[in-house]
Amino acid sequence: MTELRYLAPDTLDEAVGAFAKAGSAARILAGGTDLLVQMRSGVLKPGVIVDIKKIPEMTAIEQTADGGFRIGAAVSGMALAEHGKFGKVWPGVLEAVNLIGSKQVQGRASAGGNLCNGSPAGDSVPAMVAAGAVVTVQGPNGRRDMKVEDVPAGPGRTNLKPGEILVSFALPPRPPGSSDAYLRMIPRTEMDIAVVGVGVSLTIKDGTVTSARVGLGAVAPTVLLVEDAARALIGSKLDDAALAKAAAACSAACRPIDDKRGTIAYRTKVAGVLLRRTAAIAAQRATQKN
Amino acid sequence: MAKVHVTTSINGEPMEFLCEPSDTMLDALRGTLNLTGSKEGCASGDCGACSITLDDRLVCSCLMLAVESEGHEIRTIEGMAQGDRLHPLQQKFLEMAALQCGICTSGMLVASDALLKKNPDPSEEEVRFWLAGNLCRCTGYDKIVRAVMETAAEMRAQ
Repeated sequence: MTELRYLAPDTLDEAVGAFAKAGSAARILAGGTDLLVQMRSGVLKPGVIVDIKKIPEMTAIEQTADGGFRIGAAVSGMALAEHGKFGKVWPGVLEAVNLIGSKQVQGRASAGGNLCNGSPAGDSVPAMVAAGAVVTVQGPNGRRDMKVEDVPAGPGRTNLKPGEILVSFALPPRPPGSSDAYLRMIPRTEMDIAVVGVGVSLTIKDGTVTSARVGLGAVAPTVLLVEDAARALIGSKLDDAALAKAAAACSAACRPIDDKRGTIAYRTKVAGVLLRRTAAIAAQRATQKN
Repeated sequence: MAKVHVTTSINGEPMEFLCEPSDTMLDALRGTLNLTGSKEGCASGDCGACSITLDDRLVCSCLMLAVESEGHEIRTIEGMAQGDRLHPLQQKFLEMAALQCGICTSGMLVASDALLKKNPDPSEEEVRFWLAGNLCRCTGYDKIVRAVMETAAEMRAQ
């Protein structure tokens, strides 16, 4: 292995400075569950590793004054699960994060890493998209916010600019009657990569959907926000016609790969099936709460 | 190349060691520290044979850098028995023959211990899901799952 330098700065400014200075030779280390595998297999030979876990903002989970949440980019799935309140407000986001890998992997792997790894099949991403999460990134030119759905650029690539580091996810406050869910299709019962993943977030008032967001994973080069599916649900009572229209919108959005784990036809069909099931779980959770 | 000095705690003992920045925690445990109970199976986080806890959270030691242990608490299979007295899980794995070749066993034990600390009364399904990241080529898992369930029941009764 080529000479490697490890840096673990205490502040974000230091991390941004070191990361930008090292240029393309640098890699960010959060949970490391993707990075170390890529290093081991020889896909990556970084010259500098910037470990961001000593920066308090990166590992914090806080409820904001407006009732939303701010989740540091390096918060592990296990830490999120151990938080007393997060999973009650955003159960779909939590279940998505905790479908990533094994318990061992969840002890380290973060939603920030899952997003920055750029896999179209990253489980937390469709759920974060459905949640309407916004990420804060910081780079040599300062801080900016991006919608989660705008971060992936293609398999393994993001729209972060050179030197920018993902800092945190902001999840909005939820009106009463809101909840979310995430489901994925995999050929075995655990520890697999999504063949299709669907995140749905709903607000329901007097039986009618007043707002909805749908995130769709593993069926296109990036995770998708499916606005047509959300539009089909909004204003409905989740009746068959609305669900059929939303399912058709999800299938129509698919531009999947064809591989041994799922053919194009299979992934396209399952996207619609999973939309129905995920919406049903989100709706049940949303109405249970009131 | 300059080695990095790491100060950490392993199985409750303060520990200092030197490592390369690219060494994994598993490299440091098995090589530098001669704690060879943690096994290297896949070295890619898939098999769980190298399972340890980091600040009481279960992790694969092949998926963390040794330098990342600075200032944290590591626990390994070597810290499981109290002197000559085996941990109830170790005892039960022996009694119920919940092992064959043994490569996965230390990881299975560390993972099972982490589960029972978190959930003293897991269902069989919960045990199976929790141990999904620990692969075994020989046992068929049933004996392991039964040993964990039985240990949990006995520990609850005490």
